[in-house]
Amino acid sequence: MTESSNMTERGEPSVEILGVTKRFDEVVAVDNVDLAIEDGEFFAMLGPSGCGKTTTLRMIAGLEFPTEGRLKIFGDEVGNLPPNQRPVNTVFQSYALFPHMNVQDNVSFGLRMNGVDKKEAARSADELIELVQLGGLGNRKPSQLSGGQQQRVALARALVNKPKVLLLDEPLGALDLKLRQEMQTELKTLQQEFGVSFVFVTHDQEEALTMSDRIAVMNEGRLLQVGSAEELYERPANRFVADFIGETNLLDATVADGDMIILANGTRLKAPNPHATGTKVAMSLRPESIEIGRPESIPSDYQATSLRGVIATSSYLGHSILYGVKVDSTNLNVRSGAVAAHQRFVPGDEVAVWWDRTSDWVVPDDEPVAVTSEAS
Amino acid sequence: MTAPKLAPDAAVRKAESRRGVFTAMPAAIYLLIFFCTPLLIIVAYSFGTRTATGSTRLSGWNFDSYERIIDDLVLGIVWRSFWLAGLTTILCLVVGYPFAYYLATRPARIRNILLVLVMIPFWTNGLIRIFAIRFLLGSDGPVSQASSSLGFGEFRILFTPTAVIIGMLYSYLTFMVLPLYVAIERLDWRLVEAARDLYANGGKAFRKVTWPLTRSGVIAGSILVFIPSFGSYVVPEILGGAKTLLLGSYIARQFGQARNWPFGAALSVVLIVAMLIAVVVNQRSAASELTGSSS
Repeated sequence: MTESSNMTERGEPSVEILGVTKRFDEVVAVDNVDLAIEDGEFFAMLGPSGCGKTTTLRMIAGLEFPTEGRLKIFGDEVGNLPPNQRPVNTVFQSYALFPHMNVQDNVSFGLRMNGVDKKEAARSADELIELVQLGGLGNRKPSQLSGGQQQRVALARALVNKPKVLLLDEPLGALDLKLRQEMQTELKTLQQEFGVSFVFVTHDQEEALTMSDRIAVMNEGRLLQVGSAEELYERPANRFVADFIGETNLLDATVADGDMIILANGTRLKAPNPHATGTKVAMSLRPESIEIGRPESIPSDYQATSLRGVIATSSYLGHSILYGVKVDSTNLNVRSGAVAAHQRFVPGDEVAVWWDRTSDWVVPDDEPVAVTSEAS
Repeated sequence: MTAPKLAPDAAVRKAESRRGVFTAMPAAIYLLIFFCTPLLIIVAYSFGTRTATGSTRLSGWNFDSYERIIDDLVLGIVWRSFWLAGLTTILCLVVGYPFAYYLATRPARIRNILLVLVMIPFWTNGLIRIFAIRFLLGSDGPVSQASSSLGFGEFRILFTPTAVIIGMLYSYLTFMVLPLYVAIERLDWRLVEAARDLYANGGKAFRKVTWPLTRSGVIAGSILVFIPSFGSYVVPEILGGAKTLLLGSYIARQFGQARNWPFGAALSVVLIVAMLIAVVVNQRSAASELTGSSS
């Protein structure tokens, strides 16, 4: 397991996925994934649509069965158990509230199925309905609730069963921006209150970054990297993650000896990296970590981490200015602090860009995953 | 016409509703002449009096024909028709639901082929198909021959209520399957997944989610089967023989041999009213299901 260093002495993982592959006919939806989710962790699975994140979640829920591999929840092998025999509950993307039942019956459903008597189940349901701030709406039908309220019912309906792991499939996707931000905070609070791991699937990287303790990035069925928001942003494991998380410039290069890399146009840059000489790599440079100035103003320490180019575009963004700098045929986005209009560069200006040796990050380019810029 | 003045709302709506009326006109006129008028004639005749020659006198309206219904012989026929229709409906449901479920859960391509297969019997005349069943069930028919050649003796089932049930099941099964198919096909399977996720096993998920959410199809199918079964005429006439006199045949007899049009009309009116009540009650309960107005 690649992320084993992140889970030292945290006890048994809540969910353990061991070499799981899921094939639908000829299509490989999930490709040999290994993953361990800690107990009490807010864990996100992030990736473009069709990357296998939802299928992975559904396999944990028991709504799909792995073609290969094993799946454990708190050490118990559950890979072949039907969903009703697993100690997990799901908040569905569509909420999937039972339209023919009122809110209270929806929320108490799981308890009733588990044999809790009617009165007791109704009491627990009311408690949870109160907790998600829907007190007094127990008699409403789902169709009489707003989207945000339905979302809360879906949460209450899952949490009332005190699952060992709560699974959330794009839980906030259908809500408008303001409500979504409100629910993000609320989800976080609920997670801390219940102290169980929340595993949630999203294609929205911002949502993943703000809410989760750790994030798994997936693409085309493969698990590409698992780590905290900071790790993914600062030290992406490969080109896809670098490109997918946040905004970045990716420069194609080949590793040369002595901590140097050679760009496609022949420029040699200092970029210490662990890759073997001759490896095809990409250097990731975040727009905000690049300095920009006149060609002659490159500080002497930065000669080996600088490039010359021509301003192609310049956009004023209020708190910053975004320059498009053309370096030969590549375009580099550079974010610079806002300065007075007469000090700004205009298209056609010759400039130099440089960066601190610690702010670049070299990722291997030989990822078998097709790198797409339209991933979102 | 340059820059036309915006028509006021009311005028637009009026024009639209007028257009609506025109499109509905042909059907409305047709139904007025060939449905409403006969219906009114039936109602009028039900209050008439049979003369000694068998014609109907419409002057001096009375309830005599309705009073005649409360008679052991007539009530017996109504009761027999009722439970045969009920049994047919239940059998159609028992046979039709699993089939509709199977149909609705197939991939689209296979589903369409199966649907066509379901419809195929409608390509031939219903009367011919019932006669085919009569031949099939007859004492010298293939079923009987097979059974006697196997040593089970002759198969005597034609002209019994069983034969009528078999015939009605065959005739009306499609009317049950199609609405059920529509309801099941429309079902949001994520709800079933949600039930399974909330600890319901397959059976409970069906009982708590699939069944209640496909009930509209069950009700529609049941109405579509029960109503024609209750008043059915052709099937009992051909397969039932004299011992299974049912309401449809009995009514037909009043208009035919018995020449008692007022009584036949009164029976028809009662039948229609009973059906209407059943339909309205069913629809009320189905409508309140989803809106929660009755909870």
